[in-house]
Amino acid sequence: MADKIDVLLIAGLLPAIDEKLSTTYTVHRHKPDAVPPDVAAKVRAVVTTGNMPPSLFDTLPKLEIISSVSVGYDGIDVTKAAAKKIPVTNTPDVLNDDVADLAIALMVMASRRLAAADRYVRDGKWLAGAMPLTRKASRKKLGIVGLGRIGKDIARRAEAMGMTISYTNRRAVADSPYSFIPSLIGLAKENDFLVVIASAGPDATKMINKDVLEALGPDGILVNVSRGRVVDEVALVEALQSGKLGGAGLDVFEDEPRVPAALLAMENVALTPHIGSATIETRAAMGQLALDNLAAWFAGQPLLTEVSETQTARVAR
Amino acid sequence: MTEATPSTKDIDVLTICQLLRPAEERWIGSRYRLTCADKDAVPDEIAAKARALITSGLDGAPASLIERMPKLEIITVNSVGYDLVDMKKALSRHIPVTHTPDVLTDDVADLAIGLTIMTSRRLAQADRFVRAGRWTKEKFPVAGKVTGKRMGILGLGRIGRAIAKRAEGFGMQILYTDRAKMDTPYRFLPDLVSLAKESDFLMVASSAGPDAKHLVNAAVFEALGPDGILINIARGSVVDEAVLIAALQAGKIAGAGLDVFEHEPNVPEALFGRDDVVLLPHIASSTRETRSEMGRLVIKNLEAWFTGKPLVTPTPETLAMLANR
Repeated sequence: MADKIDVLLIAGLLPAIDEKLSTTYTVHRHKPDAVPPDVAAKVRAVVTTGNMPPSLFDTLPKLEIISSVSVGYDGIDVTKAAAKKIPVTNTPDVLNDDVADLAIALMVMASRRLAAADRYVRDGKWLAGAMPLTRKASRKKLGIVGLGRIGKDIARRAEAMGMTISYTNRRAVADSPYSFIPSLIGLAKENDFLVVIASAGPDATKMINKDVLEALGPDGILVNVSRGRVVDEVALVEALQSGKLGGAGLDVFEDEPRVPAALLAMENVALTPHIGSATIETRAAMGQLALDNLAAWFAGQPLLTEVSETQTARVAR
Repeated sequence: MTEATPSTKDIDVLTICQLLRPAEERWIGSRYRLTCADKDAVPDEIAAKARALITSGLDGAPASLIERMPKLEIITVNSVGYDLVDMKKALSRHIPVTHTPDVLTDDVADLAIGLTIMTSRRLAQADRFVRAGRWTKEKFPVAGKVTGKRMGILGLGRIGRAIAKRAEGFGMQILYTDRAKMDTPYRFLPDLVSLAKESDFLMVASSAGPDAKHLVNAAVFEALGPDGILINIARGSVVDEAVLIAALQAGKIAGAGLDVFEHEPNVPEALFGRDDVVLLPHIASSTRETRSEMGRLVIKNLEAWFTGKPLVTPTPETLAMLANR
């Protein structure tokens, strides 16, 4: 039997996936800046979760493929990978359901104040009287910022709650039953809930600003399940404090894992620690897809989910 | 609401309802002689002359109170559930009972889905984790997926169906049990234990009654299993709470999302420290929008009765009684 292929693992994986990886490959576990030279000389693949220091391109002469167990890959220099014709694979789509589930939960949690309600019971406050009334979620108007795959998954779930759905996007989505509103301010003004699921390009930074939040208004609720930097967090805190915005459900923050102290004391917000895809089932599916990409590569078969940047560069030759 | 009828000003109405919103209470007060009292301290004088009683599902109407009200003509319940109204006593005196179905269905179903996701994904725990500043030191554990799971619904009435419709949006497979098989696309199972065995989420959405007490018992938890989650948005009495706590402690089920409890507002302290439960203070219908709708239904029923028109939302037993008269 031929020697196992050497793989460098620079991130933690679900135990079941780690075990599968170790069965097929010789797995080396080192910090990226502390890979022993004898290991570096033979590593043919890197397995990671969205990040890889560019120095590894130089320290790993035999590197053929980077398999990332993540959707995002902003932490991997794909331009450099493309130049070196090294494919980068990620794990898109398998986590869409989880993110959509969380978005709906955050909407209901923020409008019905369910995290606050759980604290109300645990703190014994119910014994002194009923919790104040909250706001209804069903049949409200939902505006989606970014009608990609996850945006559509959120819309389908919201439809089952009788919500009216509109969206904004770079351009109108063909065949979409939902109404397209070109401006973000217009979308915010029109809706009760604003859910941000836009892919976070550089031009999206602080896109949800003071004006958008004020257009959403004192009964409006903002939900962010994309990237923290899409929302101007200082403006968000200010709008919540002044009552210009009704509430928020946030899974992502500008400077994770740091969350603005002012938010921690608010009853009209639901806060979760970037767990959009954090389920056992989905992490297993993501890990399996990363393994399948590696297996395809070393069997000389087409990759399943290569990122567009390296794919384009490799096809060009 | 309706054209003024001069006689209603002289009608004594008693409310023991804690759920009536100020706007509706004021409106009733402007049309009737309204007295508000604590359900356990209704003065004899008002009990003697009140012709209508406004109550809620939580406050009920015990036989002892109905007996003290010789002039009582109608009971309007500002809730969908009326299991704490002594229906036998009311019907024996031909007193109709109205409730507030449908208007709160959306809210209850929203809460049911919210609780399901919160329990499976551990979202109340996640919110506590962030607020306690733990995120800077540790990683939040991975939780259980929601989409594509099997939801077993106990009681496929109006609320059960509204929950099923939402669960379909999450790609769930829907199963149910009820008194009889219904004309639905969902799979019927003849008993609760079989339902629990085939479900990832067991949703209690049945109406409460004496025969529903402790329907969810040790055998049901055993069948639901170590990956199963119980959600109760119906009535606390349907679940054997002591057995539930034992099942959670022994890891026989994975978690529970509860809006209702056996002895509200008392919640067993054994649940307070647990991260596998989500605990809500019976708020399934407590939105401003819905409470106003419910209050308006109470008013419509009162108005209908005292102007000799058909009741808007009588309970099924009341409807049968009126038909037989």
